[in-house]
Amino acid sequence: MLEIKNLHVKLEAEDKAILKGVDLVIEPGKVHAIMGPNGSGKSTLSYVLSGRDGYEVTEGEATLDGVDILEMEPEERAAAGLFLAFQYPVEIPGVGNMTFLRTAVNAQRKARGQDEMSAAEFLKVIREKAKTLQIDADMLKRPVNVGFSGGEKKRNEILQMAMLEPKMCILDETDSGLDVDAMKLVSDGVNALRDAGRSFLVITHYQRLLDHIKPDVVHIMADGRIIKTGGPDLALEVEKNGYADLLAEAGAA
Amino acid sequence: MAKAELKQDATEARIAALAMPKGGKWIAAARAEALARLRAMGLPARRDEYWRYTRPDTLTQADAPAAALFDGKEPPVFDSVDRLRIVFVDGVFDAAASDDLTMSGVEIERLETASGADIHWAKDLYGVLEARGQKPVDRPLAALNSAFATDGVLIRVTGKAAKPVSLIYTHASETSDAILHHVVKLEKGAELTLLENGPAAARFNKVLEVEVADGARFHHIRAQGRDHERRAATHVFTRLGTESQFKSFTLTVNGVMTRNEAVIELTGDDAVAHIAGAAMGDGAFHHDDTVFITHDAVNCESRQVFKKVLRNGAVGVFQGKILVKEGAQKTDGYQISQSLLLDGDSQFLAKPELEIYADDVACSHGSTSGAIDMDALYYLRSRGVPRKEATDLLVLSFLAEAVDEIEDEGLREEIVSRLTGWLARRGS
Ligand SMILES: Nc1ncnc2c1ncn2[C@@H]1O[C@H](COP(=O)(O)OP(=O)(O)OP(=O)(O)O)[C@@H](O)[C@H]1O
Ligand SMILES: [Mg+2]
Repeated sequence: MLEIKNLHVKLEAEDKAILKGVDLVIEPGKVHAIMGPNGSGKSTLSYVLSGRDGYEVTEGEATLDGVDILEMEPEERAAAGLFLAFQYPVEIPGVGNMTFLRTAVNAQRKARGQDEMSAAEFLKVIREKAKTLQIDADMLKRPVNVGFSGGEKKRNEILQMAMLEPKMCILDETDSGLDVDAMKLVSDGVNALRDAGRSFLVITHYQRLLDHIKPDVVHIMADGRIIKTGGPDLALEVEKNGYADLLAEAGAA
Repeated sequence: MAKAELKQDATEARIAALAMPKGGKWIAAARAEALARLRAMGLPARRDEYWRYTRPDTLTQADAPAAALFDGKEPPVFDSVDRLRIVFVDGVFDAAASDDLTMSGVEIERLETASGADIHWAKDLYGVLEARGQKPVDRPLAALNSAFATDGVLIRVTGKAAKPVSLIYTHASETSDAILHHVVKLEKGAELTLLENGPAAARFNKVLEVEVADGARFHHIRAQGRDHERRAATHVFTRLGTESQFKSFTLTVNGVMTRNEAVIELTGDDAVAHIAGAAMGDGAFHHDDTVFITHDAVNCESRQVFKKVLRNGAVGVFQGKILVKEGAQKTDGYQISQSLLLDGDSQFLAKPELEIYADDVACSHGSTSGAIDMDALYYLRSRGVPRKEATDLLVLSFLAEAVDEIEDEGLREEIVSRLTGWLARRGS
């Protein structure tokens, strides 16, 4: 379970507050969606949770299954079960996708005191999972994300998620840049991972994705705060009317 | 005293400390000419433009500075490769440790044996390619080598060599000063892979002259290394015929001082020359790649890929020149030199040059210095890879373009595992 309480975050390099008191609780097995205008702090929240440099938490806390994650190194958070599918996946020339994933899987296992996965076992599992995401052998061999199309990069993120089997998955605009078929593929990949022990935080601008990945709860973020929380209908409302009314309502409150 | 006189004195002092080996007519003549060349140029001095970034003193002084022997346990590189082994210990041929020198398609002879003859096929190459390479830039340490090399191998390749020839240089004395000179002649259509590895001596001066005839292919993979305090000045001189290929890769890890010069002349149409280097230095490490490529034929390709990873005050140098002569149309020249600086103490100095006298050519060069990409590091760590391992992966990623120049997959794996091992042994 992810619990975020009154989280305030500013940039390390300048005096600019970005998150201004975020409260959020995601229970095991639940899918929460966050929508909100550009620049409202959605990606920042995902970065701060996964441990990117450059941000300073000035107030509040975030725990995963009761454990404070904000003091942990990014790799420790990953081993604790947190996963972020990047809005902009990073290209790493010269490192094979497969090598990268095997290193990651085994590093996490090691951190948890489990045995490493053998090369043969790893190969079997990754082939299976890659197939359902229509990632071919060539993409597995190629350097991480290098020369991948936008859609391929996003599918590759989901493959990583499937291999790492995290407890808490954050998806930052995984739908952006996807064509209709790829959106279905990626959503199916995500839905296949849904289970009672795994939670999702899906950041998106479009209701379309939420047709495929049905959220339990929808939040609206604006100016570093969650200004409204509701059911799936809230996303439909945003799709129809935009944010103006919600922002006005929050401003008036 | 005038600068020129000082230089002359230093050169004479060095010459006085050396003994010219005895030999038959052909080699005696080559050595005498080389000695005359050396005297005319003088040894490199600190103010020489070509030695601007690398202090030549420890490479030129009469006595070699001592170098402690490597005490690591890991097996030497190429150990698992099927090859013909030729071993030199502190620059002295070790027959007992070497394989039998016969192999089909290849004639191998020790320089020491061959120099007893009055006439030898190597006469047309020994010191000859070196002498050609003295223009337009002096390379006095190579002339010194041609004059005083005590041993080496002469290899004539007439067909496709059945397996690589492997020169293994071990280091057993802390004060050894070795000078070796090899000549390789690839006849038309012949093919050879030459491997070189090991520190060789406390100080090593090596020249490799390679003639690649029409349609022949030469592959060269070298791992310089291991002993932290060893010093080396090496030269490769090569001349390429029509549709021939020369591909050379060097891995350098450790070594307090290394200057690797390559002088490549594309003299036949449609020839291809690739030269690449991956260097990793930690602390007292100075590594200089100096390359001069001359395009003197039509439709030739040359490619230089040099990458250096530097930390704790290590210094990397790259001087690379592409000269395209008049008439060398359709030249395709590519040059990249990059450094990855793992901290603020390390330094990379690069001098890329292009000189072009033909109008229909495509030449590009680039040089960069950078730190670890923080976004990539975060990405890897967010997947659970600890900082040290993530950094190591990014180092391998950085070096990949150079390492990928090795065509043979097995040999490439050897080099990669060497790199991985080195990284694993280092602290973060
Ligand atoms: N490193 C940074 N330097 C400067 N400004 C930053 C930095 N990181 C975030 N910001 C600013 O913080 C605000 C929130 O950015 P963030 O990327 O979290 O928004 P977002 O909700 O994900 O937007 P989008 O929907 O466009 O992806 C923006 O105004 C952004 O410019
Ligand atoms: Mg964003």
